[in-house]
Amino acid sequence: MAAAELVRGQNHPLPGTRITVRLSSAHPAATAVLLTDESGRLADGEGRLVHAGSPELPGVRLAADGEVAVDLGALAADVHRLQLALLLPTGRTFRDLPAPVAAVAGPDGGIASFTLTGLADESALVAVELYRRAGGWKVRAVGQGYAGGATALLADHGCPDPSALAAALTPEVSAELPTSRRSADGGQRADGGSDGAGVVAPTGAAGSPINTVHPRRGPSGPAATTPAPEVPPSAARGPVDTTHPGRPSPPPPAAGPSGPVFAPPVPPSPSSPTSATSPTSPTSAPSSVPPPIAGDAAGATMDERLYNQVWGIFEDAARSAAAYRSAVEYADHRQDQEIEALLADPRMRFGPDAELGRLQARTRRDELEGRARAVLDRDAEQLREELQVVERAMPAAMAAWGSAAWTAWQPVAERPFALRLGDLHLPENPDIRVPMLTRFPLHRGLWVDTGSGPESAGPGSAPLGSADRKAFGTGVATAVAARLLACHPPGGLLLHAVAPGAGGPGGSGDAWAPFARAGLLAGPPATSRAEVAALLESLVERVDLVQMARRAGAPDTLPPHVDPADRLLLVHDFPYGFDDRTVARLRYLADEGPAVGVHLLLVADRAESREYGPLLDPFWRGLTRLAPVEQAYLADPWVEHLWTFSPAVPRPGDPALPALLEAIARHRR
Amino acid sequence: MSVNLAKGQSVSLQKSTGESLSVVRMGLGWKAAPRRGLFGRRTREIDLDASALLYAERTPTDVVFFQHLVSNDGSVRHTGDNLVGGVGAGGDDESIVVDLARVPVHITQIIFTVSSYTGQTFQEVENAHCRLVDETNGQELARYELTGGGAHTGQIMAKVARDGSGRWAMTAIGTPARATARTFQDMLPDIEPFL
Repeated sequence: MAAAELVRGQNHPLPGTRITVRLSSAHPAATAVLLTDESGRLADGEGRLVHAGSPELPGVRLAADGEVAVDLGALAADVHRLQLALLLPTGRTFRDLPAPVAAVAGPDGGIASFTLTGLADESALVAVELYRRAGGWKVRAVGQGYAGGATALLADHGCPDPSALAAALTPEVSAELPTSRRSADGGQRADGGSDGAGVVAPTGAAGSPINTVHPRRGPSGPAATTPAPEVPPSAARGPVDTTHPGRPSPPPPAAGPSGPVFAPPVPPSPSSPTSATSPTSPTSAPSSVPPPIAGDAAGATMDERLYNQVWGIFEDAARSAAAYRSAVEYADHRQDQEIEALLADPRMRFGPDAELGRLQARTRRDELEGRARAVLDRDAEQLREELQVVERAMPAAMAAWGSAAWTAWQPVAERPFALRLGDLHLPENPDIRVPMLTRFPLHRGLWVDTGSGPESAGPGSAPLGSADRKAFGTGVATAVAARLLACHPPGGLLLHAVAPGAGGPGGSGDAWAPFARAGLLAGPPATSRAEVAALLESLVERVDLVQMARRAGAPDTLPPHVDPADRLLLVHDFPYGFDDRTVARLRYLADEGPAVGVHLLLVADRAESREYGPLLDPFWRGLTRLAPVEQAYLADPWVEHLWTFSPAVPRPGDPALPALLEAIARHRR
Repeated sequence: MSVNLAKGQSVSLQKSTGESLSVVRMGLGWKAAPRRGLFGRRTREIDLDASALLYAERTPTDVVFFQHLVSNDGSVRHTGDNLVGGVGAGGDDESIVVDLARVPVHITQIIFTVSSYTGQTFQEVENAHCRLVDETNGQELARYELTGGGAHTGQIMAKVARDGSGRWAMTAIGTPARATARTFQDMLPDIEPFL
């Protein structure tokens, strides 16, 4: 909770009943507390006054170091206000002194503070008052000064014999009475009083004026087993006050030597409840990040949760990189401007000053970049851990090749929720590999791009020969098809292949050989135009039949010669083997097929179908393009960074794929 | 607990435990325009918009408003545009959530503004308030009543800025922008003095 900085007249609710108030002044001043009724009057004079000579009344205790500990619950019922007053020795005024500060704190720390500015001839003042309000208590910044000193102050509060009492209250310069903590600020050193309870203001403790308004130690109170005077004040406050507010407080804040009787049970972590008013309110976010959990996202099934979690990781990675990049961009921009400003002054252009200026600009730039990098690394560390956990939990369809889900592959009963097509990464963090998942059923056909044209070449693409590109493309397509097959129930997906063989320059007759060998193709690959036409015709018929059945409200009633299984059409070396008519059929399948379980996987170089002209552009745009090798061409939807895509393929020479296809074939029989 | 900040007042976003507040939210709420006339649908709806501007020192680098709901780095999020208001009962119709720990290191200040897109001045809008909330526990850090605020349509509400040591503090501004401000863009010159 933040300590509120109050202005004069402002009030602020008090959480809980255990409150400490410290009035700090740059001059040895005495603190007194007036316990008054609704109208702010002392009911019976001295009997309702807490000061150094009478430091304790039920619910109020004035420690020797000037801190007032209040237990609002223990106050007499007819006490409606507590007025906290600061009294200067006779002859002194607040003029020319730094503004006194009133700091109100609860067991958890600072609640409010109030700086009393604009004082002049006053030598006594009521700084703040605590008052009953609707069953609770509030603090109000009063700041009422009295040029007539303690006498006027007491008279104003209905004291019958103010001047006599004022004499007892007003401190001597020798500070018999509790002095303010910040007295050393003014170079004043209050000598210890004859009674030994006098406090020598430690010069060292006064060096933190800001922190004194946020006292964080447990307040001492009436029941304090260790009275504050027995503790050297520097020891009582020093270790706490020097704690930098920007750092987490030491784990056991209650371990201060001042006997924190009001302190609540202190949780061992710094993430304690922030408010005493609402102990049931949710605590602040823990400072340490909990270990990541797989499926830590919304979703009806584990697969959906994992899928959504991956999207969450993707977005976080994108935004984290955006923060880093914008910080670096700003750092560069600032450096440029600073150097430009140097150069604008001809006298500064050369010489050691210019060198120094450049060096400073450079240092400032590097410092900012370093901090941005640290944040990026912190985020990366977190994402890396989460990715590890998520990767382990992924089902085969969403898992990387080589993962446990694949080595222990078993046929599934359901179609996959999503399909992994590859990984994405950014240059800043090459090891943060975000799985690229696409929902299943696929809404678009897949196209493995083996082209070398400008639309295929990306900044990350390696210079490959045409044959190499085709070979990599075939590998990617084979892996995708195998993955699809493995993640369908046995017999739930039939493969149809188009491989025009001698038609293509690469000679792709055996492109789908792994599937043919395992007996996983629904028929021999179509190689001639007639075969391609017949195959596409049969698939178009299937699409039409399923659509008709759906429209008739009976999606499961298909003619007996139509297999209800979904289809995957594998096309190699498009457009070889195609003509205008079959291209039209293919486009129809690409548009209408996904909705009725007919999917398309194309391996093609777009440039080779140039003769069809712009007519095919919508077709290409409607496909999901996959690069056959690592290539930076995909933009995320949030900050549109260019991500490098690496296709999901088994390691070269990995025998897992043929074995997997064998196993699929075995289960199908 | 709520603090009614006066203009120019600052409140540290440092918690007493020494941690920084992690998430703050600016909430904006107002009462929908009353339905009147023969045709009840013909109300003059009131659309107030909350915006947050991210500055690297004095250079604006990003803005979160109804057309860009998430800052590029993801640290500042708008919960969505409300065109008519009226959640009522002191609730917030629009919110901007700032994840302070995630704000990029070069962003040193975030300015919150409120503007009336439909042109009603704050004098005319009923029950309009703007508040800053510690989102981790729902505590109100500061609250402004906009109603009766004056014949202007834009107001610069608050600034959340890093101090020299990288901690965050919030400063109440509550200054009206020029009379015709409709979106944050119209307020950019008015924001300059507060950077």
